[in-house]
Amino acid sequence: MTDTHTLEETTLAGAAPDASPAADPLVIAGTPFRSRLIMGTGGAPSLDIMERSLLASGTELTTVAMRRLDPTVQGSVLSVLNRHGIRTLPNTAGCYTAGEAVLTARLAREALGTDWVKLEVVADERTLLPDPVELLDAAETLVDDGFTVLPYTNDDPVLARKLEDVGCAAIMPLGSPIGSGLGIRNPHNFQLITERAGVPVILDAGAGTASDAAQAMELGCAAVMLASAVTRAQEPALMAHAMRHAVEAGRLAYRAGRIPRRHFAEASSPTAGLAELDPERPAF
Amino acid sequence: MTLQQAPEAASGPAPVTVSVNGEPREIPAGLPLDRLVATLTSAAGGVAAAVNEEVVPRGQWPATPLGAGDRVEVLTAVQGG
Repeated sequence: MTDTHTLEETTLAGAAPDASPAADPLVIAGTPFRSRLIMGTGGAPSLDIMERSLLASGTELTTVAMRRLDPTVQGSVLSVLNRHGIRTLPNTAGCYTAGEAVLTARLAREALGTDWVKLEVVADERTLLPDPVELLDAAETLVDDGFTVLPYTNDDPVLARKLEDVGCAAIMPLGSPIGSGLGIRNPHNFQLITERAGVPVILDAGAGTASDAAQAMELGCAAVMLASAVTRAQEPALMAHAMRHAVEAGRLAYRAGRIPRRHFAEASSPTAGLAELDPERPAF
Repeated sequence: MTLQQAPEAASGPAPVTVSVNGEPREIPAGLPLDRLVATLTSAAGGVAAAVNEEVVPRGQWPATPLGAGDRVEVLTAVQGG
């Protein structure tokens, strides 16, 4: 019994595909990441909770916003990220025009020494939906200026293609409005975008819970970006842990290839070789 | 004009008003940008500055004198996104 068990384990280990995240890195602009979860830091009630959430999430890339320096603020998000070797991804949140976004990206490059930028150009405060015209304009300018641009965009396959065409390093469509937690409202569009894209597609905005993150990965997203779902959860660090597993599980499911959906049942037990039993025979 | 020509040793350059992160502020005319930023933070990194919507690289701060009406923005990274 023991011998057989050992033999089986040895045989299986040799044949099993490597399911570890390290064997299947996310690559953005030539930079590999083991974690496919990009975290935001907004909304965390304290730096301490933010730090514990980031660690629980396993993230290697995390966004920050650029704001006016307030001399009275103690502690810094940068020191937390630097302490744990988490790469900083500045965003242009709060920008409504291409001009504002380009200037903010340049300030971020100067302050943080990175030419990566999560480009956000929103149309209005109520929806925080991207302004596609300003977004494309800013993306083109920043790519020409040497930036690695990751644009927050609508879940529009045409706009996604145009952003890729002007040289964006990834495409970050929204599942639903920022902070809404409504998940992916148009999974079909996501599939259209991921099927065609030649750069990583990253769900940005809308994830409310772990199943949303898993669904994004199953739809072919290369990564998931989220903040509120974790930072505003009742137990942020616990939700961060859940998101980490959801992203990994969704990625594995995508790689494994799901079964086709069927209208009727398909037996999983063999239909041949059934014993001939009298259906009228009482059970007891 | 006449004030600018006065010897600095007496009372220093005449004060001028600039905007620092949206707030009016009186500074000596010609104060270099690095000395203005030093009044806000002692951080050696993580800070960027723009004067009149133009980014000024940190290395050029000492050589960037500020004048009346200049709009200075001093930014840093905060939690977000």
